[in-house]
This record gives sequence, structure tokens and C-alpha cells, in this order.
Amino acid sequence: MVRFLIQPPCLRRWFSDMDGTLVGANGQTPGRDAISLAAIGVSKCFGELQALDDVSMQVDAGSFHCLLGENGAGKSTLVKCLVGYYRPDQGNFLIDGREYEVRNPRDAQHLGIGMVYQHFTLAPGLTVAENLLLARGDLPFVLDWKREKTGLSEFMAQMPFRLELGAQVADLAAGEKQKLEILKQLYLRRRLLILDEPTSVLTPAEADEVLGMLHGMTRAGQLTVLMITHKFREVTAYGDVVTVLRRGRPAGTGRVNSTSVEQMAEMMVGTHIHVAVERSQGRAPDAEPGPVRLQIEALQAENDRGTPAIRQFALQVRAGEMVGVAGVSGNGQKELIEVLLGQRAAISGNILVDGEPYQATRVQMRQHGVYSLPEEPLKNACVPGMSVAENMALRNFDLPPVSLGWETGWHVRPAQLNRRARELVEMFGVRPADPSLPIASLSGGNVQRAVLARELAQPVRLLIVANPVFGLDFAATETIHRRLAEARNGGAAILLVSEDLDELLELSDRILVMSEGVIVYEVTADSAERAVIGRYMAGHETHDKELVC
Amino acid sequence: MSLLPLVAALFVTAVLFALFVASQGYPAFDALALVGKGAFGSTFAWQNTLSRAAPIMLTALCVALPARAGLLIIGGEGALALGGLAAAMVPVALAGWPVLLVQGLMALAGFVVGGGWIALSGWLRYKRGVNETISSLLLAYIGAAVFNFLVEGILRDPASLNKPSTAPIGDRYVIGAIPGMDVHWGLVWGVLVCIGAWWLMRHTVFGFAVGVAGGNPRAAQMVGLPVGRLMLMACFLGGGAAGLAGMLEVAAVHGDANADLMAGYGYAGILVSFAARHHPLGVMAGALLVGGIGASGSLLQRHLDLPDAATLVLQGMLFVSLLAFETLNRKGAQRV
Ligand SMILES: Nc1ncnc2c1ncn2[C@@H]1O[C@H](COP(=O)(O)OP(=O)(O)OP(=O)(O)O)[C@@H](O)[C@H]1O
Ligand SMILES: [Mg+2]
Repeated sequence: MVRFLIQPPCLRRWFSDMDGTLVGANGQTPGRDAISLAAIGVSKCFGELQALDDVSMQVDAGSFHCLLGENGAGKSTLVKCLVGYYRPDQGNFLIDGREYEVRNPRDAQHLGIGMVYQHFTLAPGLTVAENLLLARGDLPFVLDWKREKTGLSEFMAQMPFRLELGAQVADLAAGEKQKLEILKQLYLRRRLLILDEPTSVLTPAEADEVLGMLHGMTRAGQLTVLMITHKFREVTAYGDVVTVLRRGRPAGTGRVNSTSVEQMAEMMVGTHIHVAVERSQGRAPDAEPGPVRLQIEALQAENDRGTPAIRQFALQVRAGEMVGVAGVSGNGQKELIEVLLGQRAAISGNILVDGEPYQATRVQMRQHGVYSLPEEPLKNACVPGMSVAENMALRNFDLPPVSLGWETGWHVRPAQLNRRARELVEMFGVRPADPSLPIASLSGGNVQRAVLARELAQPVRLLIVANPVFGLDFAATETIHRRLAEARNGGAAILLVSEDLDELLELSDRILVMSEGVIVYEVTADSAERAVIGRYMAGHETHDKELVC
Repeated sequence: MSLLPLVAALFVTAVLFALFVASQGYPAFDALALVGKGAFGSTFAWQNTLSRAAPIMLTALCVALPARAGLLIIGGEGALALGGLAAAMVPVALAGWPVLLVQGLMALAGFVVGGGWIALSGWLRYKRGVNETISSLLLAYIGAAVFNFLVEGILRDPASLNKPSTAPIGDRYVIGAIPGMDVHWGLVWGVLVCIGAWWLMRHTVFGFAVGVAGGNPRAAQMVGLPVGRLMLMACFLGGGAAGLAGMLEVAAVHGDANADLMAGYGYAGILVSFAARHHPLGVMAGALLVGGIGASGSLLQRHLDLPDAATLVLQGMLFVSLLAFETLNRKGAQRV
């Protein structure tokens, strides 16, 4: 059994200096070949739950390999085992045909395996350059800044997308942060790069830019890519081979050019299903929009750093209407949602619901039927330490039948609470279907479903939604889109803030573009043009035409 | 809920204390045995322990209830002193009124004043963003100063010569012993309040809402819960419990308000609440343990000539090792 020999860092630096030329961070020579990877019989349990059950797969050197699967299928768990974040219970991994043991992420790093996680791992207080250097982890005691700077500039010059080396990471938009995460991995000269849903924070154009470049590197034989995604478009555009997991077991694998999207979808869910991406989600043509439900006037708010994030913001949403707000992340959408949800105080301006001033109190929420699906539900809409059942009761724990007693009730009844949660779990397909688990142990997609179940089980009249299918598999995406459309057709007013233009075009009746805290463009769904919207999103037309709305 | 960290902490504390005692030239094993004997070794020891446990379980609630709302309050001593002082004023003002009514009003005064004192920390946190741990600690010092200022000043009973005290509450209003025991009724009050706190926090809409606000304020805001008011309420109830402890000390032990009231029960409550992971029922067991340590002090002094402060050293060691072992069990610590 051959184990990899890991060179001590000092030796590696020594060699890189001998070279004379400045090479990658850990001093490996450029143009190293991509490496292959095989998983053999990998199993992993979390308590009762078998997250991975005897999974084997092969990723060829220099290939672009996609990993598909429903929410909770075990995709993240598999790659976390591979990079040493979890210990698999059984099975092992082969790198270039040789077995090795990864006890922690550092071991994986030494083998040239890098991972971009679903969540950012950057130090926000530092600059781009400092984050890149920090990632090396083998810095000398005293930094030769001049030398490092030239090295970094040279590296940046070779990249298809650039970031200001001196920029503060906290000031970068989500898309730029994701680019930095990927640049970091390239700077470390990875030979195998694992991406866990890397494009969920990118616009389609940014996604193409990033994935296109990585694809190019695989063609040049420099890199192997293993990408987890929920977007079939990315699989068909960039993937060579696709492997599908279903409930912790391999459900099939095949070359992308000989596998149809329908076949992939079928492998994911295990039954034949129709993936019609219908565009018929719009409002019925004869339906008239109703009275104004939500009206925002001259709203101003600041971001966490105290600089203006929303400026003179105004919009209206009518009953039976879905209004989409497009925009590159970091243009005030997050703050707008927080103000509407009562998580952030506005500086000035009015929010009217049904014509009445709205302060996001519990009474007003019930009276006007205001509910919401914020992004990052575990952070914004759940209590991580509580169970799924308790989290599902956040809206109605003070109402009968969950509670009983005078007025609105004061005695919480666990039996009722659990019964209700079981119904919702069943109805919305939350997995694992055990409401007594802590919600923090659910996969990202299932947390989302649990919150969706809780919110849509209420009598919704106004729904505030942000990036609702962020990280969801296609079946869940379909379900959520269908439910949103149903809610709208049932007369609810919906404000949909999303970074996914396709989603907005598919669902909204009206699309607004938000840039630097204001609405810069408005268009009805029928006459929306992707290219025009894209230009406004990029902020190119903000200055000549100030406000359209 | 795993008891392992608690057991490990107890063990380590025993070892550390033995080493400490030995390093001072006293017999280590005798000392440990005496702690056990002085705390739980006889009827007398038990009664002593139980009398001390009563106020400690109440001051522990002053940590446990705000903890449910996500706040770390450590200033129970101030609430206890001021609550006790307020309670001591009631019989002076209402001399001659029926006993039960006056005792009830004493409890109410202690509760409201103690609760208001801690609510001040909650308010500073919510309105001004001041760290509640620091502010409650500083308020405890201010509370002690205010207490001394009043007891040595306008509220001083001229008859209290060498020990400034308020006027005695009068024998009529003193809370007596439970029949057949040498433990005052305050123990029963403490136990009932702990059970009530547990029921409130675990079974009511209010307790659920406080748990949501403490578990994730953003989620609480999203579902429209008044996070600030819930924090304030939790602080008020916690401070009220500490104020009640002060009232019991006045009405059952001292008979007036004087500096002896500030005997460190407020700080012992912090230790107990952490040991019980802020569980209102667990707090009762923790209070027995810490009350026992305090009760063993006189025995250590008599038999080994160890200074009284030895029990404080023991408490401190227990607190530090509890915190250390608690980090090994983060998961259990999240839920009350
Ligand atoms: N640390 C953990 N403790 C307990 N259960 C876990 C843990 N991590 C994951 N799980 C469970 O393992 C299963 C697989 O989770 P995993 O995160 O791998 O799913 P996924 O395929 O990445 O899904 P998604 O597309 O939603 O990200 C889920 O049912 C999840 O609840
Ligand atoms: Mg995942």
C-alpha cells in the first residue's frame, strides 16, 4: 500500500526558490497534470441516518465531472469525506490510482485537492492580496511584500477575470467573492478542484465566465473539476461525465453528451418524470391585477457598515401580481428584504401594506397576511438549536390548536406542535421525515423546504421572497415555483427578489432592476429583453437615465 | 443531556482542591472528607446546606432566565441587595398590617426592585447595544454602593450601633422555620419559584417566544416577535428572582437589611446556573451542591483551622473546571 509522501513546507519553499522563477504558492512547478480520483465503497452514517451507502465513482484526470442529486442525497457529505472534513465509516479514495489517507483538509491540500464550499471562507477584514497569501498557509515569518505583490500581479494577469488586489473583501459583491474563492484555489495550483454549488451566487454571465475558464483548464490537462450543481444547463454546457446520487447511493453515471436531461432527472428522483420547464407560469391573461397590497415610498436604509444601501426606493405590488426585482447581489437587495422583514430599521420612508403603515409586528403580519421566504433560511428564518417541529411552529405557536388558553393562548402543547409538523413534513417532502431532529442537521435544501412549508401553510396575502430556490434541486425548484405561482394566482401579492434572471423571467409579471440601491429600470414580463435587463443590472445605464419607476 | 462534563468537572475540582490544601500544609484527604461531612454528613449539615440553597437557587434563576433570551447576566448580587433593602422597608412603613399581606408585599417589593435593576441591563443592551454582561456586573457594584449609602445614611436605624442596619422588620413578620426542621420556609418558596420558572420557560407561549428570541434574534424578528421586549421581560423575571432571594434573606435570616446581605449568593448563582446549563430545575440540584460547599466552611475552620475563604477557592475551582468541560459539550449547552 503506497502512501503519499508529504514534503515539509520548508523543503518545498526551498525548491521553489532554487527554480529562480516565481511559481505557484506551494512551489510546485507549473503545468502539473490534472489528477484522477476514484471513490471506492464509501459509506458514512450520521447517527441513525445513512448519508452515504457504498458509493463508488470514477473521475478521470482532466475531466469536468458533475455530481447531481436531490437535496439531502449526500453530495456535500461525499466531497467532505474526500477532502478530510469528515471521516468515512467505510471505503477509501484513490488519487491517480494510489490509495491515500486524508485525515484533515490540510492533507487534501498537500495532495493538490482544493474545495470551494457553498459558503464563503474568506477573511472579510483583509484585502484580496492578503486573502490569497493567507491561503498558502506556509508564509515565512517576515513577508517580502514587494516580491509577493509582483508575484500576485503576475498571477492575476494570467487570469481571465481580475480583482483589485488592494480591495477589501468586505466591499466585494457576492459574485466577486466567489471569483476570489476560485482564484484562491487556482493560486494554490490545485490539480483537482471540487466545487459545491459554485454558481448559486453568480449571475448566469458570471457563471459562464468562471466555468468557461475552469473548463478551459481541464482541456489543457491542468485541472480536474468535480462540480456539485443543481443546474442542468451547467451540466450540459460544461460537463464531460455526470454521476447521480440518490438517497446516499449511486443512481447512475454517464457521459453528458449521450445522456439527456430527462434521463438525469429520472436518475435523481428514481421515477420517470417530465421536466417541462414551462414558461406558462405567468398570470392568466384575462386576470386583472387587484388593489395595491405593498407600497414602498422613498425608502432609505443603510448597510451594516453604515453607508447608504437603499436610496429613495419606491415600488408597488398589487394583489394577484408577482413583481420581480433583478440585480447583481450587493446592490441593496439584502437590506431591502431585511427592512421589509423587520430585521433592519429604515432611516426614512414609508412602507404601506393595504394602505396602512406597516412596522412588521406580529399582529400586523397576521392582519395583513404578510409572510416571507428570506435567503439563507437557517440564518434568517430558523432557530438552529431548536427542532424541525419547533421551527415549523414559529408562526403559530401562540395560536390554537398549538397553544391553548385565554386570549391567543399561553400553553404550548407539544403533541399538537408535533402533529402539525408531521403533516407539513409530509406535505412538503422534508427529509429526513423526522420533525424531532434539530433543524441545523438538515441539508440546505431541506431547511429551505421546512421554512417554505411553515410560511405557505399560513393564509398568505403578501409574500416577500428572496432567492427562493438557491441551492434547491430541480424537483424542489419546480415545486416552489409552482407554489409561488399558485399563491399569486390565488390572489396573493408577491415580491420576488432574485439574482437568477431565468427565474424572474419565468415567474414575474413585472420586472424591476435594482442597482446601487435604486430601481433603474422597469419592464413588463411580455416585453422583457434579457440583454437590456442585463445592461441595467451591470449598472451601465444608471447614470444617463436616473429613475424609471 | 449528558452529565459527563459535570462529573468530570467535579472530579477535577476535587483533585485541584486537594492539591491546593496540601500545598498549604493541611491534610488534603481530611479536607475533602470534611467538605462532604459538612455539607451532607448529618441532619444539621443538611439543614445548613438547605438554608443556603434557598437564596442560591433564586439568584441562579437571575442567570438562567436571561440566558434563555440569549443574554449573559452576572449581576445578581446587586439585584439581591436592592431587592432585600426594598423588602425591609415594607414592614417599617406598614407596621401593624396583617402578616401574610405584609410578607406578600415584601416579596413583591423585592421582586420589582430586583427585576427593575436587571431589566436596566437588558434595556441598555437592547436600546444602546451595551454588553449586558459588563453592564450587569457594573450595576452590581453600583447597587452595592447605593445599598451602603442608604443603609449607612437615611435608612439607618439609630439603634444599630456598630453594624449599620435598617430598622428591624419585627418578629411578627419574620419568616419562620418549616415544622420539624431547622430550615426556613424560604426553601419552599425557592423550589416553587424554580418549578414555576421551568413551567413558564418550557411550556408557555411566553417561554417559547423567549427561546426563539434568544436562539436567533433575526428569526424572531422575521416572525414579528418583539425581541427587545422579550429580552427585557426575561431580565426582569431573572432580576425579580434575585430580589426575592434578598427579601427571603431579610425576612428569614437577618431580620433587617445590613451589609451581611451581600454574602456572595449572587455570584454563587452564576456558578449554579452554568452547572445546570441554565435549566430551571437543574438549578435546584446545583444550589444544593454550592450551598453544601458553603455550609462546610465552618467545619473546615474548626477541625483543620482552614480559613473561611477556602470554600470560596473551592467554588472558584468548580466554576472554572465546569466552564472548561462545558466547551467539550457545546451541543448540550445550546438548549435550556
Ligand atoms: N453533520 C451532520 N449531522 C447529521 N446529519 C447530517 C449532517 N450533515 C448532513 N447530514 C444529513 O445527511 C444527508 C445528506 O446531506 P448532504 O448535505 O450531503 O446533502 P446534499 O446532497 O449536499 O444536499 P443539498 O443539495 O441540499 O446541499 C442529509 O439528510 C442531512 O440531513
Ligand atoms: Mg450540499
